[in-house]
Amino acid sequence: MRADTDHLGRPVVVITGMGIITSLGQGQAENWRALTSGQSGIRRISRFPTTNMRTTIAGTVDFIPVAEQSAPALSERLAELVIEEAIAEAGLGTAGDFPGPLLLALPPVEMEWPQREALAAASGANETVTYDDLRRAARAGGFEGYYRRFLFGSVGENLATRFGTKGSPIATSTACASGGTAIQLGVEAIRRGETDAALVVGTDASINPESIIRFSLLSALSTRNDPPSTASRPFSKDREGFVMAEGAGALVIESLASARARGATILGVLEGCGEAADGFHRTRSSPDGKPIIACMHHALEDAGLAPEAIGYINAHGTGTPENDKMEWVGVSAVFGERAGSIPMSSNKSMIGHTLTAAGTVEAIFTALTLKHGLLPPTINYETPDPALPVDCVPNLARPAKVEHAISNSFGFGGQNVCLVIGAA
Amino acid sequence: MPNSPSPSGPHDRDAVITGIGLASCLGAGIEANWAALTDPSGFTPVVDTDSFAPAMVHPIVPLELDKQIPKRGDQRQMEPWQRVGVFSAGLALDSAGLKGNADVLSRTGMIVAAGGGERDYAVDEAILSGLPKAADQGGYLNEHLLGDVRPTLFLAQLSNLLAGNISIVHGVTGWSRTFMGEEACGADAVRIACARIAGGQSDAVLVGGSYNAHRPDVVLHYEMGGVSAGPPFAGIWGRQQHGGGLVLGTIGCFLVIESRAHAAARGAAPFARIDAVRTDRSRREPGQATSNASAQLGTMEAALDRSACAVISGASGVAAPTQEEAAWLATLGLPVRASSTAFGHSLEPVFPASLALAALAVREGRLFNPLEPAEAPMEGTLRQALVTGWGHWRGESLALVTAA
Repeated sequence: MRADTDHLGRPVVVITGMGIITSLGQGQAENWRALTSGQSGIRRISRFPTTNMRTTIAGTVDFIPVAEQSAPALSERLAELVIEEAIAEAGLGTAGDFPGPLLLALPPVEMEWPQREALAAASGANETVTYDDLRRAARAGGFEGYYRRFLFGSVGENLATRFGTKGSPIATSTACASGGTAIQLGVEAIRRGETDAALVVGTDASINPESIIRFSLLSALSTRNDPPSTASRPFSKDREGFVMAEGAGALVIESLASARARGATILGVLEGCGEAADGFHRTRSSPDGKPIIACMHHALEDAGLAPEAIGYINAHGTGTPENDKMEWVGVSAVFGERAGSIPMSSNKSMIGHTLTAAGTVEAIFTALTLKHGLLPPTINYETPDPALPVDCVPNLARPAKVEHAISNSFGFGGQNVCLVIGAA
Repeated sequence: MPNSPSPSGPHDRDAVITGIGLASCLGAGIEANWAALTDPSGFTPVVDTDSFAPAMVHPIVPLELDKQIPKRGDQRQMEPWQRVGVFSAGLALDSAGLKGNADVLSRTGMIVAAGGGERDYAVDEAILSGLPKAADQGGYLNEHLLGDVRPTLFLAQLSNLLAGNISIVHGVTGWSRTFMGEEACGADAVRIACARIAGGQSDAVLVGGSYNAHRPDVVLHYEMGGVSAGPPFAGIWGRQQHGGGLVLGTIGCFLVIESRAHAAARGAAPFARIDAVRTDRSRREPGQATSNASAQLGTMEAALDRSACAVISGASGVAAPTQEEAAWLATLGLPVRASSTAFGHSLEPVFPASLALAALAVREGRLFNPLEPAEAPMEGTLRQALVTGWGHWRGESLALVTAA
């Protein structure tokens, strides 16, 4: 039986509840079924007109209604639903009273075009509209709801109120590594003995015209719009960019001692977390891969494991030419000759890139991979890239018993997080 | 608890402040700011009442960016909030004697408290002007966003790209996290940095943030909320006589926080010890913030020496929370200074900036001038300071610092 403390004498941290929504559907069961049958959640965008856009597809979550659509509104709603699923599975606390802090990975919040247009209309300005006009309309009143909605703290506050988490909620952003960072914040708080349990959530529902166009302007997105399901092609020679997507993942994590004491079912073990910042460039990895390599090494050291112990890698695998190349550089440096034979698949081939949420969504998929003994595939893998000799579990799920896996997250701004997750 | 007050002597895992970088409307660097706060002729606020009338903002002094961001290419890749932040982070590393120390900086972590970055206001205005007349409004919006927005502007807007730029320019690459959420996230950044140090998870952390108030979109945001103060300018406490409200300020503030042992090993002299940091939240029903603050203070009583203590308040000026905080502070009977009267209110960096003032003051052994008539002068030695951080909407925080 696993001891309550790890190789450094710290409390072992385990997962006891998980909740997930992606473009594949709502809940663990539906997501796992779709993911392991190689289904794509990428679809043509119907939320807003895509006229003149180079990319017209995304992994939108269109099946969850919200009253006034905005990124924070839908992000908050997805978070509520995944938290409910995770808490129900964990059976921890009571309704509206969760015994630990909230650690939230959240996309940056800002007012969107419908709100700007409403202010402009209210201002009565005719020929030209200026910010002075918008401000005049604001001072006339009636826009307190926008102010509240677009505070960076609003999503965390609302969730903390609804679920009764303890203390000040943390909303973190390390771009596409945010979900990993949120998990790490929770693991560290439990290891310090500040709390026995924490509620970790990553959520991102920020598909709107401007967010798509921003990534388009950086040439980061796939423009393979037809058919949408083929657009995300991690590790393929003809990969050309990622596909933006929405989703959310919540994890109830707690000390193993606490979980055992209350007889909770252990779903997975958060064995190690590693991070390393890259000072090379705003959007590109250091060409020598050093920060990515250091990040994986830190995670393995933190877990007290040698690279040989790792049986599966849940890749960051965005499907951009740069990311997949650099991830392979990192994996081959850390794992040496074994690199090409460790299965390493990308969930993003099916669900797209859930950005802020990716770290939590993919940690959940990694835990499910260990639990079910089934490796989710990388779909759309038709043209191997000879420069990336990975075993990406091409196109079909594969049974495999894995004890320890890695989940990688690398973000714009050089913020990298790697998690080592162990079977229960 | 790892960051419990320790009334006893120094400990190796004490969190000490060894570097302060501060750029505000009062000056660039701690010396210039301290000089403005201790001017023998009294404190003079620096306020721009014209640019966003009727709203007011505290403008930042001109910065010699080349001194902290030597590559012009790096400067061009940033918008003002990031330049101010990277500049201030450089000042903090200089102050700590860590600038260019690749060995330590590659192990130094970073917690940045940040909102979002600037927009292209001219593009926004042009689109808003053209949209109502466009036959295909969706297509019009897409066409103009694609054609008119600078591709790299996104990188100035992402909250975590202040941290990214600090990694690039100053080589702080141990680890990096960005916290969002107005005032509360600045306090949580400090709290978690201190907890990591106390718990042996880190030896050195760069903590802070920056804010650009000279932006029509952020002024607009607080005007929508009805929490923007109107003229004439008065200090945080004085303006409560005519409705209160916040006046935004442009600022950058970073602190280098180290374990005492790590600082001692490299011969760095601390400004102050952070005895404790507490953060919490409430729904802000009347009395709830007071209740949180009293509970937080209760955990610090053992370490508190009221005979040589003052309060640096992070009050925003917004009526309800500021008036409730003023009433709570009155029960303490300590001299008070409101940092946002000096710097303007800057949301995320308010708490680090208040903490910077507290650390400076305890190092100098005296409190600076009253910033407005409601603040009493303090004679005698200052050894400790309490730092409050009540957000204008949510979040209550309290820290205690002691002369190192």
